[in-house]
Amino acid sequence: MEDRITISHHPYTPLPDGDNAPSSGVSPATQNGRRRSLKFVLVLSGVLAVGLIMGAMFSFSTNDGGAVKMSTESPEKISELVGRGVSEGVSMKSFRRPLLGNEPPANFPWNSNALSWQRTAFHFQPTKNWMNDPNGPLFYKGWYHLFYQYNRDGAIWGKKIVWGHAVSRDLIHWNHLPVAMVTDQWYDVNGVWTGSATILPDGQIVMLYTGSTNESVQVQNLAYPADPSDPLLIEWIKYPNNPVLVPPPGIDFKDFRDPTTAWLTPEGMWRFVIGSKLNKTGISLVYDTVDFKNFTLLDGLLHAVHGTGMWECVDFYPISKVGENGLDTSINGLGVKHVMKASLDDDRNDYYALGTYDPVSTTWVPDNPKMDVGIGLRYDYGIYYASKTFYDSNKKRRVLWSWIKETDSELSDIKKGWASVQGIPRTILFDHKTGSNLLQWPVEEVNKLRSNKTVFENLEVNGGAVVPLEIGLGSQLDITAEFEVDKKSLESVQESNEVYDCKNSMGAAGRGALGPFGLLILADEQLLEQTPIYFYIVKGSGGDLKTFFCADHSRSSEATDVDKEIYGSIVPVLRGEKLTVRILVDHSIVESFSQGGRTCITSRVYPTKAIYNNAKVFLFNNATEAKITASLNIWQMNTAQRHSHFTELMM
Amino acid sequence: MLINLSFIILLLVLSPCSLLVKAQHQTNSLILDTCKKTPNYALCVSTLRSNPHSSTADVAGLGLILVGAVKAKSTAGLKTISELSRANPALKKRLSQCMEDYKMILSAFIPEAEQAIGGDPKFAEDGMNGIADVTAQCVKSLQGVRAPLPSTNKLVHDLSLVTVSIIRTML
Repeated sequence: MEDRITISHHPYTPLPDGDNAPSSGVSPATQNGRRRSLKFVLVLSGVLAVGLIMGAMFSFSTNDGGAVKMSTESPEKISELVGRGVSEGVSMKSFRRPLLGNEPPANFPWNSNALSWQRTAFHFQPTKNWMNDPNGPLFYKGWYHLFYQYNRDGAIWGKKIVWGHAVSRDLIHWNHLPVAMVTDQWYDVNGVWTGSATILPDGQIVMLYTGSTNESVQVQNLAYPADPSDPLLIEWIKYPNNPVLVPPPGIDFKDFRDPTTAWLTPEGMWRFVIGSKLNKTGISLVYDTVDFKNFTLLDGLLHAVHGTGMWECVDFYPISKVGENGLDTSINGLGVKHVMKASLDDDRNDYYALGTYDPVSTTWVPDNPKMDVGIGLRYDYGIYYASKTFYDSNKKRRVLWSWIKETDSELSDIKKGWASVQGIPRTILFDHKTGSNLLQWPVEEVNKLRSNKTVFENLEVNGGAVVPLEIGLGSQLDITAEFEVDKKSLESVQESNEVYDCKNSMGAAGRGALGPFGLLILADEQLLEQTPIYFYIVKGSGGDLKTFFCADHSRSSEATDVDKEIYGSIVPVLRGEKLTVRILVDHSIVESFSQGGRTCITSRVYPTKAIYNNAKVFLFNNATEAKITASLNIWQMNTAQRHSHFTELMM
Repeated sequence: MLINLSFIILLLVLSPCSLLVKAQHQTNSLILDTCKKTPNYALCVSTLRSNPHSSTADVAGLGLILVGAVKAKSTAGLKTISELSRANPALKKRLSQCMEDYKMILSAFIPEAEQAIGGDPKFAEDGMNGIADVTAQCVKSLQGVRAPLPSTNKLVHDLSLVTVSIIRTML
């Protein structure tokens, strides 16, 4: 019965009231029978034992082989805990660290210094407690607004989720404001959940959001600013006739959430999307409205993909094939592609696909069906979920926000009193060099935090070398680096049919001819703790080079209760391009961007030693044949968190 | 005579087992199918069967029943720890960590799971994983201790992981 984790190494003497019983494969019911009989017939206890075991075996074998059989099947059961597998169309993910062997992961005795180091210096986070999805981001009367799922009661998720609110002039320095909406209506008493803002041509702001009702039904509600002349938009009004939308026939009341920003159709209607699912097919329902109070559900789905499960936080927006700017959500026409994005509930990753939107037939078709929503590209190959874009009319760019959860234990979150940050906002552009992916890049305002630049030029690093980079403190950094592999090795290295995959590799310790090489972040002097961010090149048949970009957390911390996976993916590298990476290090969050933002990885890192003065950076090359040349700029980053007088009004 | 007596007692003993067989035939297939996807089939089935509501529950309902069972075992665990601390002052210091852990299970992780199962199940998964972590910690801190606590602890740990896999199927 309980074979996966045994307690046989504990040397205590079990008490006679049944502690041993579970390991003998006898069910509790027969165990009770045994206890009664034992008291009753001491002399015949041997006969009774035989009778009981026979009875147990008899009862289980007439069932389906139950516990007795399961004892040999337990090892396979471990893998079920890890994920449900590629065959179901969902990418194999291991959200939980898998339990290997019999030893349960012991929680690390975190000291308060190590825990308090984890708070970030320039990423958005409330002063305490739990946060998740970003909501309704917008720019209005000179201020950037961010709302977010917030739990006022603690550092883990709870049902009284409300909308936290903050404002900024520059997307980097934030002022916390009072909570914008709370769980005070029957239609959102179990949660004021995610929503999006639509700004009408006359400047009016319309907010559509999901409420979880008193019966946990997911409905859509309308809200708007109480005072449009207040640039801080502190007070909000919920439309008196909410909810404006309830789950339509055929849609489960638990599968109807996260309305998108609306866009104008050629007929002058406002159109938006709500993600859902039918069995295991992720779908996007389409609604039209004139007034955001009355809606028509369109017959067709904007798009659906088999096997992807529930689509949360759907996002749908245009990008320009030619320009350098973002586009307002209503734009369409020549030179415009549309991005469709969904957060997959099943594997907690955000997927996107490029395609073409036809507003007449209201369909969106992916450029490449093999890379459709949910089965193709991800915004980010690390921790990145429930993301949402908005059109920033101030600087004419499409900006992406995302929830970055913790990958330590909830126990630690409760101890430190907070959980989750938002990623640094990213601009989104079409990559017209590859034509098949987006480019994401930290908003330029983050550069204002740079100070104390150190430049390294043309450092040559042979295979097996680790080079310390003297840059002062190592917890708040902006690093840009360029790598070149020596041409001789690239040409002479033998072709191989190696199949590389960051996740299943040995990380930075897995030596190949042309990799891994890169940087060790949040590393202590003795390299007891280190987080390698690296490239790994495979030379395939025909001399084709494939480049992988990975972040390796396997030795990121001596703590045993944090995520130790290796994340990453292939990154397109075009002929003549050097390998480039930008890394933002901000205490327990590291955001890495390769090839100008083609492949991005967000990491959560929780060192116990490589903190404060002991956090350092190294350059490394662990390839067996290639010599690399690296040039780097490394800046210290100033702190953006500050308390302003707005915080007097805080939650 | 002794053989007759043994035979009668054997029959007496086997008859509850045959009743058990009958009861198991009546366990509905949803329970069996759902429990097959968990890391501890027998624990899952026996826990669900011992609650009369399980026969008419959907998967979310089964999840809630399991969360309730984890809650009950955790409450018992906290009680055991308190009693042990009182009876055994030498153990009190070692038990204080477990005491805090169990209080956290009951005040934070169980409510999170209860609230989320009906709303956004993935957060219920977080809560139950939180419990598994916490009980693992308690196991470690109690190495060598003679007490019934380790088995209660293991039970809470295993039950919470069973619940995690059931929640996975709800996503």
